[in-house]
Amino acid sequence: MNKELIQLIDISKSFDGQMVLDELNLSIHENEFVTLLGPSGCGKTTTLRILGGFANPDKGHVIFDGQDITNIPPNKRLLNTVFQKYALFTHMTIAENIAFGLKIKKKSKSYIDDKIRYALKLVNLEGYGNRMPDSLSGGQQQRIAIARAIVNEPKVLLLDEPLGALDLKLRQEMQYELIRMKNELGITFVYVTHDQEEALTMSDTIVVMNQGYIQQIGSPESIYNEPENAFVADFIGDSNIIPATMIEDKLVSILGTRFACVDTGFGRNKPVDVVIRPEDVILVEPSEGIIQGIVTHLIFKGVHYEMEVQACGFEWLVHSTTLFPVGKEVGIKVDPFNIQIMNKPESEDEEAVAIDI
Amino acid sequence: MTSKSKWLSAPYLLWAVVFIIIPLGMIFYYGLTDKTGAFTLDNIIAITTAGHAKALRVSLLLSLISTLVCFLLAYPLAMLLAQMNTRRHNFIILVFILPMWMNFLLRTLAWQTLLEKNGVINHVLSFFHLPALKIINTPAAIVLGMVYNFLPFMILPLYNALSKIDKNVINAAYDLGAGYVYTFIRIILPLSVPGIISGITMVFIPALTTFVISSLLGGGKLLLIGDVIEQEFTRTSNWHLGSGLSMVLMIFIVINMILSAIFDKDGEGSML
Repeated sequence: MNKELIQLIDISKSFDGQMVLDELNLSIHENEFVTLLGPSGCGKTTTLRILGGFANPDKGHVIFDGQDITNIPPNKRLLNTVFQKYALFTHMTIAENIAFGLKIKKKSKSYIDDKIRYALKLVNLEGYGNRMPDSLSGGQQQRIAIARAIVNEPKVLLLDEPLGALDLKLRQEMQYELIRMKNELGITFVYVTHDQEEALTMSDTIVVMNQGYIQQIGSPESIYNEPENAFVADFIGDSNIIPATMIEDKLVSILGTRFACVDTGFGRNKPVDVVIRPEDVILVEPSEGIIQGIVTHLIFKGVHYEMEVQACGFEWLVHSTTLFPVGKEVGIKVDPFNIQIMNKPESEDEEAVAIDI
Repeated sequence: MTSKSKWLSAPYLLWAVVFIIIPLGMIFYYGLTDKTGAFTLDNIIAITTAGHAKALRVSLLLSLISTLVCFLLAYPLAMLLAQMNTRRHNFIILVFILPMWMNFLLRTLAWQTLLEKNGVINHVLSFFHLPALKIINTPAAIVLGMVYNFLPFMILPLYNALSKIDKNVINAAYDLGAGYVYTFIRIILPLSVPGIISGITMVFIPALTTFVISSLLGGGKLLLIGDVIEQEFTRTSNWHLGSGLSMVLMIFIVINMILSAIFDKDGEGSML
């Protein structure tokens, strides 16, 4: 892992008495693509605004490259932001937009011209310098916003739901563009989104947030495969979250039936939640299954069929490339390593409680 | 448009013909003819006579000053309003619009009473042994009256234009290293140009053509072009000269409207 570039230490922030962030701690490393992921109101945008200097934390410190920048205004920070809905200067040409930061730094004209050409090439919009922002499509405007930010050679680029306003196809294209740009520039990206697919596609590290607390930090694979609590499991992709009892190490009772699993250390006869991804639920002939159920719904989703199976009083969500028609009796099997055990929250509120990092 | 919906515009069309088109036609007719009904440009050329030219000069000067004062008062306020949350700014806008619901003549008469030699303001000043204010019947009183009456027409379009600027556009300027002054000059001011232009139009045109404010607060000493035209119609009963001078004034209004049509494409002023 590269060296630490940014540290957020004990950051708290409230608006009108409403706690948005509560003692948040987070480290961001050099050349890392970090995504802050969570539903709206989880504090991800506030975290980004505190990094950019557009909001001051009530408590806590922002350390950047070893220096406390908590009270440094945005125009003195070595990071640049790509805003939601682009925030281009509509009264200036594309070239003037890109040159804005460089002119403030009193760079020479030839330096600025070189930079504009380089930036437009990087975002695949060569020759657009004399156009006005309004004459560009949403995706193009977003790329100009990125160009305008990166010509200032920031150490960190902050991106606030930059693809939110684009349609699906364009969004997917831009995801690849962003990964390419990040690799080409070799700088740190801090990316805010509520789109879990976007987060999984692009990130080195995902920070899942809810109600002002960090729920889990990890690689996309670990967040998806080993969610630490029901919120993460539910927010990242589809999942079956089922109340269960841990009988002993490597044995769990789900809906009254014993399943082998791989988790240990939860104790004996302890109530837990289990997460099983819909693609990990294997449908077989009734006699071959561990439990039996009946298919109640069937939808064709393109790559796979999505089915709901009523079994042992629970509606199982199943993704499978094999079709089982509605009304058919089926058996359900799950491989032990696909059963993810999570501690049960003791109350509703505790679902939002900070985890130790 | 279907033939049915065309009929919906009939009442207004009738109104426009009777009260706008015909009167305009009459102004042009009177302005371009003499008492015998023969075509002449004398009524228009009359603007060059010393008295008329002076009235026009004074009118232009006072309305320009009033527009400038309105702008300088309104811009900072509009910026504040644009930054406030909705509930508070709606209240403050109401406070500024409230006087507009009162009759224009009443408001100006009130100022006359306030500013008079033995008026309310001088009573208060003398109570505190302060020197009396002698601005009634001076150009300063006319400017005051214009600013007081037309200020809301400057505030609203400016506020409208400023509140349309995406906060993140301003944040983006800071983010790229700009300080406050630089951001204001390069970003906020240029983006508010439509509001500035329509604010100027909405203050300058009524100020240029007013005769009530100058006769009530100027004491008839200083004739504005509006006063001259009014007198031609009411006292001298020379409709031909009055119409001719009105047409000259119209030229300035048309110039102003063309400018605002060019710069105010979003129609910031059309909310009024």
